[in-house]
Amino acid sequence: MTRLRINGVEEEVVAATLAELLGARGIDLKARFLAVAVNGAVVRRAEWPAKPLSPGDDIEIVRPFSGG
Amino acid sequence: MMQPWQGIPRMNDPLTIAGTTLSSRLFVGTAGYPNQQVLLDCLAASGAQIVTVSIRRISLEGYAESLVDLLGGRWRLLPNTAGCVTARDAILTAELAREALETDWVKLELIGDRETLYPDVEQLVHAADELVRSGFIVLPYCNEDPVACQKLADVGCAAVMPLGSLIGSGMGIANPAAIELICSRSPVPVVLDAGVGTASDAALAMELGCDAVLVNTAIAKSHDPRRMAAAMRAGVEGGRLARLAGRIPKRSFAEPSSPQLGLVGT
Repeated sequence: MTRLRINGVEEEVVAATLAELLGARGIDLKARFLAVAVNGAVVRRAEWPAKPLSPGDDIEIVRPFSGG
Repeated sequence: MMQPWQGIPRMNDPLTIAGTTLSSRLFVGTAGYPNQQVLLDCLAASGAQIVTVSIRRISLEGYAESLVDLLGGRWRLLPNTAGCVTARDAILTAELAREALETDWVKLELIGDRETLYPDVEQLVHAADELVRSGFIVLPYCNEDPVACQKLADVGCAAVMPLGSLIGSGMGIANPAAIELICSRSPVPVVLDAGVGTASDAALAMELGCDAVLVNTAIAKSHDPRRMAAAMRAGVEGGRLARLAGRIPKRSFAEPSSPQLGLVGT
């Protein structure tokens, strides 16, 4: 188990890489318009499978919404 | 049915921002419409080519259809950093937007006060500078302050977006003299952002010399959003035409417009 902060919420997860985390959350890894940052740095889609997760990582998963 | 704008002569009067040529001078926001169909109808009625979106955390409970899927490539999406209060968060939001939408364009918002949503100019200039250096096309939402606008242009912003009045307030252009001054001095296009309440506000912005206007709430929250979207389009086009035509000077006394010779009874 790894303790992470995902979109502002502390959670214990079983995932070694960013791709595993997203997959476990039911997020389609091919879904368009999705972007992810780990510890304040954007991780490009191609790097998701190889991006290791460490305890305490702060992860932001975002997409476009309506806005002005 | 004849639409209000169809009688207006079409102009070959494009707006160019960072090398991108736009035929519409109306930018439209996508928030707060009664439903998605009304949003789509409004975007069509507005004639806008640039529409703004926000970047937000996804719900981890379920995956819903994306707004962007709905807009389906028909509009150029301009992501904003709305709600960010630190340069760090605004820069990260811009970087996430670039990844999500594959655009270098960003409407940079850095809020200094949650109640008035007034920009934090100090952090705004800093964030704009950083983003320009990272290759972004930065359009900052900023105060109606010629010095702030100049600083933003100096760090390489592609346009400036001074506020007419508070976001969502519908108070129109609170300081027309300041907006006119900014327009007369800005080395980059000026897009009036925030405060527009009705079509005459948009027309006034263009008459004052703005290059474009961004409207969201005034359309989305009007009684008939589709009609207001068309009105904003007509307002922007009318104001732009009037600006190009050149208004007459104001006078203190009347000057008869009818001929003075041949008056009956003289």
